[in-house]
Amino acid sequence: MKCDVCEKEATVFLTQIINGQMTTVNMCEECSKAKGVTEETGFGLAEAFLTPSQRAGDSAEAVCDACGFTASQLKKIGRMGCPECYTAFREGLDGLLRNMHKGTRHVGKRPGKSVAAPQILPRQRAAVAREISAGLKPPPGLPPPADVNKLRADLDQAVKEERYEDAAKLKAEIERLQTKSPSK
Amino acid sequence: MMRFATLIKNPADWMKGAGPHSEIVMTSRVRLARNLRGFPFPGFSQERQRIDLMEQARPVVEDLPEMRDGYSEEYNGLSKIRKQVLVERHLVSREHAARSSGCAVVVDRRQSISIMINEEDHFRIQGIRPGLNLHSAYELVDRVDTELSESLPFAFDAKLGYLTACPTNLGTGMRASVMLHLPALVLTEQINPVIKAVGKIGLAVRGLYGEGTEALGNLFQISNQHTLGEAESEIIAQIEKVIEGVVRSEQNARAKLREDHQTMLNDQVGRAFAILRYAHVLASKEALNLVSMLRLGADLDLVGNCDRSLLDMLLLEIQPAHLQLAATRELAPEERDGMRAEITRVRLQSIDGPGNFPPSQTTSGGPPSAPPNE
Repeated sequence: MKCDVCEKEATVFLTQIINGQMTTVNMCEECSKAKGVTEETGFGLAEAFLTPSQRAGDSAEAVCDACGFTASQLKKIGRMGCPECYTAFREGLDGLLRNMHKGTRHVGKRPGKSVAAPQILPRQRAAVAREISAGLKPPPGLPPPADVNKLRADLDQAVKEERYEDAAKLKAEIERLQTKSPSK
Repeated sequence: MMRFATLIKNPADWMKGAGPHSEIVMTSRVRLARNLRGFPFPGFSQERQRIDLMEQARPVVEDLPEMRDGYSEEYNGLSKIRKQVLVERHLVSREHAARSSGCAVVVDRRQSISIMINEEDHFRIQGIRPGLNLHSAYELVDRVDTELSESLPFAFDAKLGYLTACPTNLGTGMRASVMLHLPALVLTEQINPVIKAVGKIGLAVRGLYGEGTEALGNLFQISNQHTLGEAESEIIAQIEKVIEGVVRSEQNARAKLREDHQTMLNDQVGRAFAILRYAHVLASKEALNLVSMLRLGADLDLVGNCDRSLLDMLLLEIQPAHLQLAATRELAPEERDGMRAEITRVRLQSIDGPGNFPPSQTTSGGPPSAPPNE
């Protein structure tokens, strides 16, 4: 089977249902990567995720306090960083969930006793406490969220003092840090 | 704990047993996505955090009564081929097999339950049963989930339900999927309307190995897309109802083939048998499609002495990683095609092909449509 794009031997086969019609796309390794077919990310999922202000926005970007995950990362990969992210990125979530699911309220199984009083393993309890108190650290290669926050404060300060050249530099730096995707 | 070789040597429970409609429904699978509170999701955590979670959680999983004498393996110690074998057996996902450090899988002795640690979510609990039996598959994972929740603090929100890395899994965290063999709907060109109808109800249709895979061998997976706003039992009841409808369509299409297209049907099954029985080079795709035709022939009693589980087992044996595992080394694609043909020829020796059937006890070889003689 030949790749639909470049005629090389196809190794990636994508079957999609679009408007109820099954279509099959055959691609070689390189073309599938170039088209983002084999990426683990949600396809355009995150686009729907952010409110218009967040999509355009650079200044008031939402960040999860627990893990440092940012709205732009969410937009990019379409996944949350940690369970707490659902609180941090609550805004706009209902609209998205309504499109995605039958409802916006869970009606199924609940963890029995573990909601009220979870039995945490001793080591784990320590780990949870440690992680929560330290603020979960992002993986290597990502900016520590504190840095972005500090840069943002500096940016506000620079704007206030009308040091626009500094402000532009800070803004560029913040954008650079935030568009770095988490390492796979 | 069980060794890899022992696990693979034995066919899984779902391959041996039969369930409702197993001539059309190969398996029913249910998986639950679960995460621990206070830990970042695997896609956004450091390697050290994933290892830490895995080292703490794996013993808890291994201690489940269901996992007694089961198989448990850390991905660091597992070769690429072995991981791929687990994918081909539907015990782990392709996404999980692509990961390594900090990942592990625990499988029960009967290969009915598998628990992936650090997939897209911290835990993916999967249950698999033969035939159309999502209720029974759900019972397996529900019990395991309840047991695990006694010692593991799962991330749960009163409004949003179980919190998952991807919002598409939120709520129940449950994906119920059914693997269907629909050769007659494909042959009679009725498959697209069926897929369209299923899609309209909000169910997803995929190929053999999940998301983004081709529908090889006339195998289709149908699963729920919505996980929030409906209870597990409602989701399962809806899918089972839809599948009953698809099964009826396939049955009707098979009856139509038999009545109106007898010659074409005999020809397809006959060619499939002839090639599989005598070929010396078999590419994977070709083999899957021919085995599909032979399975249809077996279901319609056009070939004799052909046990469905023999074909289901063959379907696994001829997959790339299973071939390489048997050869105990990596094989180039052309070598695989040769080996695939060899295994197939041997496995099909005992089958009575169409035209030779009923088998040699009868002097003249009966007509192709003769009833089975078992």
